[in-house]
Amino acid sequence: MSDDLNELYQAIILDHSKHPHNARVIAPCTHSAEGYNPLCGDEVTVYCTIEGGRVADVSCMGQGCAISKASASLMTLQLKGKTLDEAAIELDWVTGMLTGGVVPGRSAEAVGDLVALAGVRQFPARIKCATLAWHAFEAALKGDQVTSTE
Amino acid sequence: MAFSIDKIRQDFPLLLQAVKGRPVCYLDNAATAQKPQVVIDALTRFYTEQNANVHRGAYYLSQSATDAYEAARRRIAHFLNAASPSEIVFTRNATEAINLVAAAWGRTFLKAGDEIILSSLEHHANIVPWQLLAKEKDLIIKVIPLLASGDLDFEAYTQLFTAKTRFVAITAVSNTLGTVVPLESFISYAHANEVLVLVDACQAVPHFKVDIALWQPDFLVFTGHKLFGPNGIGVLYGRAALLSSMPPYQGGGGMIERVAFEETTFRAIPERFEAGTPAIADAIGLAVAIDYLAAQDTALLEQHEAALLRHGLMRLQAVPSLRILGNPTHQVPIVSFVMEGVHPHDLATYLDSVAICVRAGHHCTQPLMRCLGVQSTVRASFAFYNTFEEVDHLADTLLAAYQFFK
Ligand SMILES: Cc1ncc(COP(=O)(O)O)c(C=O)c1O
Repeated sequence: MSDDLNELYQAIILDHSKHPHNARVIAPCTHSAEGYNPLCGDEVTVYCTIEGGRVADVSCMGQGCAISKASASLMTLQLKGKTLDEAAIELDWVTGMLTGGVVPGRSAEAVGDLVALAGVRQFPARIKCATLAWHAFEAALKGDQVTSTE
Repeated sequence: MAFSIDKIRQDFPLLLQAVKGRPVCYLDNAATAQKPQVVIDALTRFYTEQNANVHRGAYYLSQSATDAYEAARRRIAHFLNAASPSEIVFTRNATEAINLVAAAWGRTFLKAGDEIILSSLEHHANIVPWQLLAKEKDLIIKVIPLLASGDLDFEAYTQLFTAKTRFVAITAVSNTLGTVVPLESFISYAHANEVLVLVDACQAVPHFKVDIALWQPDFLVFTGHKLFGPNGIGVLYGRAALLSSMPPYQGGGGMIERVAFEETTFRAIPERFEAGTPAIADAIGLAVAIDYLAAQDTALLEQHEAALLRHGLMRLQAVPSLRILGNPTHQVPIVSFVMEGVHPHDLATYLDSVAICVRAGHHCTQPLMRCLGVQSTVRASFAFYNTFEEVDHLADTLLAAYQFFK
């Protein structure tokens, strides 16, 4: 068993993939979007309720690999209760960390369990699995920006 | 001569490579096959000693390149047992060959309301060109259903025919399940109804003899890179009378007789369908790959593949929670499977960590995935150069993966 593989499939990732948090439909919700990876067929739908500039509730439903399911589950825990600005930082941190872009400086405490996603970096073919739910969340918010454009 | 797998593997330099410090275990042959050294050398030799454009210059080198290119065409005609080399059109790949038929034949001869029959086993390459055409021309597409075994339902196929049926596009072998379709009966039924047939032979040619005179398809396509040949070269076989009745697919140099702004006339087949400079070296390389195969004892290779498949099925059936998809009457060594509770991508990543190359996903057969009730599978596909040790390595690693993800 390679170290990289153990790093990728840490207990926390396997745990979240087998028992995902917030795997439910929020209806009615204020925002939702579907993320789809045409290469592998993985799909996830993100639902959220934005109230007073905060992510009051967020959930994910879908089919996918352990990485995409765990990432979606971790995302819902991380984003719930955050302001939209804080949520944007989470999104930048995850996508930046995974794709080698600019990563906002943050304390280990602020990053929390998301650090478990770092193992994905060694597996370029799997990065899209980890970012799927995050991009869907971003798209859900953007959908609103488009309709409520000033 | 006795069959020596070690000797054969020496012919394929990639099989001797290491990936992440381990010997590569290449089980993705249905995606693309590895190339024997003679094919790699043929490309180098062409560019080193023979490179010139074809059908152009009056000088020696150009003639020599033209001769080699046309010899490759004859070699392929002979390989398929076609009546004449003029029935062999070089394309970029199988996908382009199918698009050529859809555009040049379909657009000319099909009209609104006409029906095309496809099968549940088709690769997207033999679905999407027909859908595009159907949209453009208002055609109806009907689909041969799948039996639980992974075979096609012949009875249901015969029921699909109506007075409007014009064309059948069908694979010889499923790239996902390994199903060998009994094409002779499918083709003769279509012909009895005066319906033309295109055969996708991509996954057949690497595993068994494909004989045009026996099947008598109207069109047949395959792609070079799955037949141990170079990338960028594919083959369209078309019956001479049919090809001759078709307008060009693309326009340009090489395919014209006389060009004037008032009117242009086109060359006879096959040049009419080869606009622009072709993949000369790759066509020659494909002929060399076919020569390489012909020099082997093909009966022994087929026996070895059948034994690999038997051993693989036996070992895989013993892996807990693993389910093999389909159990077709005849099968080439292509096996799709899923493991309960473990997503195919996670399995493939696990296998990759010990240098086992398999494909996870829908294998460009999403409609088939829907028939099978899965989103994706892991597919192991073998070639004659694979070994029993590699099959065991796969099965042992799947067992370890089961423990790991359990
Ligand atoms: C059955 C079948 N048909 C068609 C194709 C398309 O081949 P290519 O991509 O070389 O055109 C493939 C390969 O993926 C295949 O397996």
